[in-house]
Amino acid sequence: MFDKYMICEDGFGNVTEGDDTIGFAFQARLPYYRGIGLSMVEDIAVTIDGEAVPREQVRFSVRGRTWTLDEMETEYSDRWNFGEKALITVLRAGGLPPGKHKVQLAERIRVSYLPFVPTTRDSKELEIAA
Amino acid sequence: MSNYEIKRGVSLYSYQEEYFLGKKSLEDLIKVSAEMGAKGIELISEQTFPHYPNPLDQSVYDNWHALMAKYGTTPVCHDFMLDYKKYKDRPMPFDEQVASCKVDIDHAARLGCPYTRALVSIDPNVLVACADYAESKNVRILIEVHAPLHFDHPWIIRHAEAFEKSGSKYLGFLPDMGMFLFKFPPVWKAKFIRDGVPQHIADYICKAYEDRTLSEYVILEVEKMGGVGPAIGMAITLRHNAAFEPKRMLDHMDRIWNIHAKFYEMTEDLVEPSIPYDEIIKVLKQGGYKGYICSEYEGNRWIQDAFPVDSIEQVRRQQEMFKKLIGETAAAPAA
Repeated sequence: MFDKYMICEDGFGNVTEGDDTIGFAFQARLPYYRGIGLSMVEDIAVTIDGEAVPREQVRFSVRGRTWTLDEMETEYSDRWNFGEKALITVLRAGGLPPGKHKVQLAERIRVSYLPFVPTTRDSKELEIAA
Repeated sequence: MSNYEIKRGVSLYSYQEEYFLGKKSLEDLIKVSAEMGAKGIELISEQTFPHYPNPLDQSVYDNWHALMAKYGTTPVCHDFMLDYKKYKDRPMPFDEQVASCKVDIDHAARLGCPYTRALVSIDPNVLVACADYAESKNVRILIEVHAPLHFDHPWIIRHAEAFEKSGSKYLGFLPDMGMFLFKFPPVWKAKFIRDGVPQHIADYICKAYEDRTLSEYVILEVEKMGGVGPAIGMAITLRHNAAFEPKRMLDHMDRIWNIHAKFYEMTEDLVEPSIPYDEIIKVLKQGGYKGYICSEYEGNRWIQDAFPVDSIEQVRRQQEMFKKLIGETAAAPAA
């Protein structure tokens, strides 16, 4: 459910730190009917223009706090709320060139009552302004 | 005099599409529910309230009660989750599961809900261990009996036996009407076809469902027909759904205190094509059911890829159907 709402249309762009462009970021939501604790988010897999991003280069941020995907697995209090837009940052020196880019996202969450660990996918073409 | 009292309610789960997208506020949803006469309100707090089950400000509870008073609605049930798979590398210890449930019992009490829903996969011993605490808070814990489970399944029988043995009057059942899926829902079929299932395979699966063919035979047959990917996925839905009999609720009426009126689609002429609500309401009347029947719309996920979702209109139609089936309009003078 909510597959097509996972990648948000707004918020796509390069990320700068001082004078350096350190990566790019976009906003994403959970494809689920409730929020969940971050320890139950097993993976946030990003593919950009067909190229899979290594897990260790992905950062997850909500409400001003940031985690690596490994750190999220032992975050037992903070949550990704229902419908909440998280910032997904991909560390990548130089970021992305202006123009259209194909963003693919696969979120894997561990849900207690499900007899499987679902992975849900979305794909969108987003643009970085020149 | 009838010995039943079937009251209309709604689970805010029904409006998840509009709430997720921020198109409707909590107040909007309470207001439209009250306007439909769905005066009992059920909710999944991890959907309705950001950060829950972390502690919430008192203002959240104050606002909730203010909304109930403003619109004349009644809190019915807080649905809790119990994330016993919180730790990737280990199961949640028993005592921690019990403590987690007590947080939900407290929360239900603060919301004014007489019931709290436990998911069907929860260990009955955890619920029994919470029974005295639930009684002290005057909150009843209801295990949700949800497809593919049903009242004759050994897991549910184990719950029933544990509840009886405990002697507690604070443990019961919340049946989800989706377990009485008499026909393959048309919105499911249409979605699978959009996802690439060939028409003849989709037709076969629906026919096999109506013939009550065992799911494993249907899956094998679809494989033989050359079905792959979404075709197998469509066949596998038969493992998780079945046309169990509404009358199987009758043996458990003394512990059924709330009901999820699951539905996937309400047509313009007020019919749910796949779930036999006429039969269900008849059984509830026969069983002397006294409690709420809460709309639970779950059609959005089957149409949102291709069509706009109007959860409010869908719930409104189901509520209109309930008015007729319950007989609320029966007292109106003949034209």
